[in-house]
Amino acid sequence: MAYKTLTRAALVAGLAVGAAFSATAADEPKTMMGADAAMLSNTCAGCHGTNGNSMGPAAPSIAGLSPTYFEETMVGFASGDIPSTIMTRIAKGYTEDEIKAMAKFYAGQSFVKAKQSFDANLASKGAKLHDKYCEKCHADGGQSAEDDAGVLAGQWTPYVNWTLADYKAGDREATKKMKKKLSELLEREGSDGVIALLNFYASQQK
Amino acid sequence: MNMKITRRGFIQTAGAATAAGLIGVPYIALGASKKVVVVGGGTAGATAAKYIRMADPSADVTLIEANSNYYTCYMSNEVLGGDRSLDSIKFGYSGLGKHGVKVVHAKVTGIDAKARVVKASDGNTYNYDRCVVAPGIDFQWDKIEGYDEKVAEKIPHAWKAGPQTAMLRQQLEAMKDGGTVVIAAPPNPFRCPPGPYERASQIAMYLKQHKPKSKVMIFDPKPKFSKQGLFVGAWKKMYGYESDNAMIEWHGQQEEAGVVKVNAANNSVVTAFGDEIKADVLNVIPPQKAGAIAFAAGLTNDSGWCPIDLGTFESTIHPNIHVIGDASIASSMPKSGYSANSQAKVCAAAIVAMLNGQEPGTPSYINTCYSIAGKDYAFSVAAVYRLTEDRSKIASVSGGLTPGDASPEVFKREVAYAHSWFNNITHDIFG
Repeated sequence: MAYKTLTRAALVAGLAVGAAFSATAADEPKTMMGADAAMLSNTCAGCHGTNGNSMGPAAPSIAGLSPTYFEETMVGFASGDIPSTIMTRIAKGYTEDEIKAMAKFYAGQSFVKAKQSFDANLASKGAKLHDKYCEKCHADGGQSAEDDAGVLAGQWTPYVNWTLADYKAGDREATKKMKKKLSELLEREGSDGVIALLNFYASQQK
Repeated sequence: MNMKITRRGFIQTAGAATAAGLIGVPYIALGASKKVVVVGGGTAGATAAKYIRMADPSADVTLIEANSNYYTCYMSNEVLGGDRSLDSIKFGYSGLGKHGVKVVHAKVTGIDAKARVVKASDGNTYNYDRCVVAPGIDFQWDKIEGYDEKVAEKIPHAWKAGPQTAMLRQQLEAMKDGGTVVIAAPPNPFRCPPGPYERASQIAMYLKQHKPKSKVMIFDPKPKFSKQGLFVGAWKKMYGYESDNAMIEWHGQQEEAGVVKVNAANNSVVTAFGDEIKADVLNVIPPQKAGAIAFAAGLTNDSGWCPIDLGTFESTIHPNIHVIGDASIASSMPKSGYSANSQAKVCAAAIVAMLNGQEPGTPSYINTCYSIAGKDYAFSVAAVYRLTEDRSKIASVSGGLTPGDASPEVFKREVAYAHSWFNNITHDIFG
């Protein structure tokens, strides 16, 4: 079986691409790809927790994500469009079918909200900001996965914070809508607004 | 490292292993007993026991481990640096019990591969259909003159965590400012390739804060080492490496820099060059080999490690026995905690398939290894691995190192991800 991996364009277009980001060197023997969902997904547990629920303090939980969000994110890591400390190195090691299999596996797991500290006053301020700036795409207070956006409620705070910082810095490209909302939030509320939002997401533990 | 595969059609015709039409696969039939005995409750053994039970609750899994607690080697350098308690790297076996693993605290004294029986110090024998051997490492005590198990009670190796780690930490705390810490690094292959250099970093971090006139000297028989560029970069930024006030010195450009002799009486080492270096605190990490039971069970080859089929981890010497973790020759994966955890899952899936009369599926492996070199400063090596179609190698298909020119923000994030990795993998193993 040819070692396939994919680009964001290919995924969006629903096409498979034969070219590898970084396959083994030409003189190396071919590798066996096409492992099953559990085999692939269990390799993630060391960093993201058994069945995708992270013990923290920073690595995100990946249980219960929407398959579309999971696939887009993995493809973004593989292509380098989405910055990451290590996922940009790891995501290139899977074929399109394998990423789909992992996406389905993790979509089938229940997301367990992180137990972490928060400030109740900031959380209630954050709740209002969430409704105003974020709720349209991150529905149900940031709990929903069905909108194919990241799950924010109960996600580990450092991860959400750093992801927002990457968007803010322009290192990670946001959708047009998010770009607009994020810049409005930052303009009106500044970094205090972000801190309030983070406390709101951390406060959701049930 | 020569591996002769002499058995079983599916292995020899590995290239076609995913194709249909395998004839005479000698797996036991459905409904037969599914007794698995796991020897050793470290990272690899505990993971395998748990994941076999998770995949097949009808499997009868017994784990035999001599100690009632396990101290992880990973993050033990943070104990030496003072940022972490010894208790935080200590794990018990009650979590495995909840997954239906029968845990026996005894020492395994022998394995009869023909009769498929494990013998233990509790006087009992344990029959198996599949045995998993995960003994970790042992030391080659005869390689460094003057350094043996007895001397190690005063001059720690601290390469199996626990009391040894505590001893080395106490010695560092008791050392005067202006003292010299000497680390004798081991030759390849050994457990945790970046470990000695992370250790030097963690000790330097402690000394910089509390005993700034002190230094760490590493004597190394290897001309290069894991994550070298990243360590050197970190040492230059934080510990004055290669300056007049260097808090870390690495001596290893020539293999004669390695330690060949320990003078316990005056706490010094002698290199192959013949230089004698006196230490205030001495840490000798000896050359390594597979854990003792691997030798007792005849699972090792001339290299001192265990040859295996790289897809199932079944010994190429004794059928029905699988060897995982540091003791196995899993080329080209490093001997790391995450490798052991990942190998255990591949092995567990293969064993569950075999016990159920099925052909093992296509494996996938991973390793991520963080090193914390100082405050807000960690970096990693990561790789995804696949089995080559000729089953000759577990080959890296993607991965790499943290870029040397990464921003301070990246090095800082990697500290939090390193701690997340520790929390998650230990829960994945023991929880």
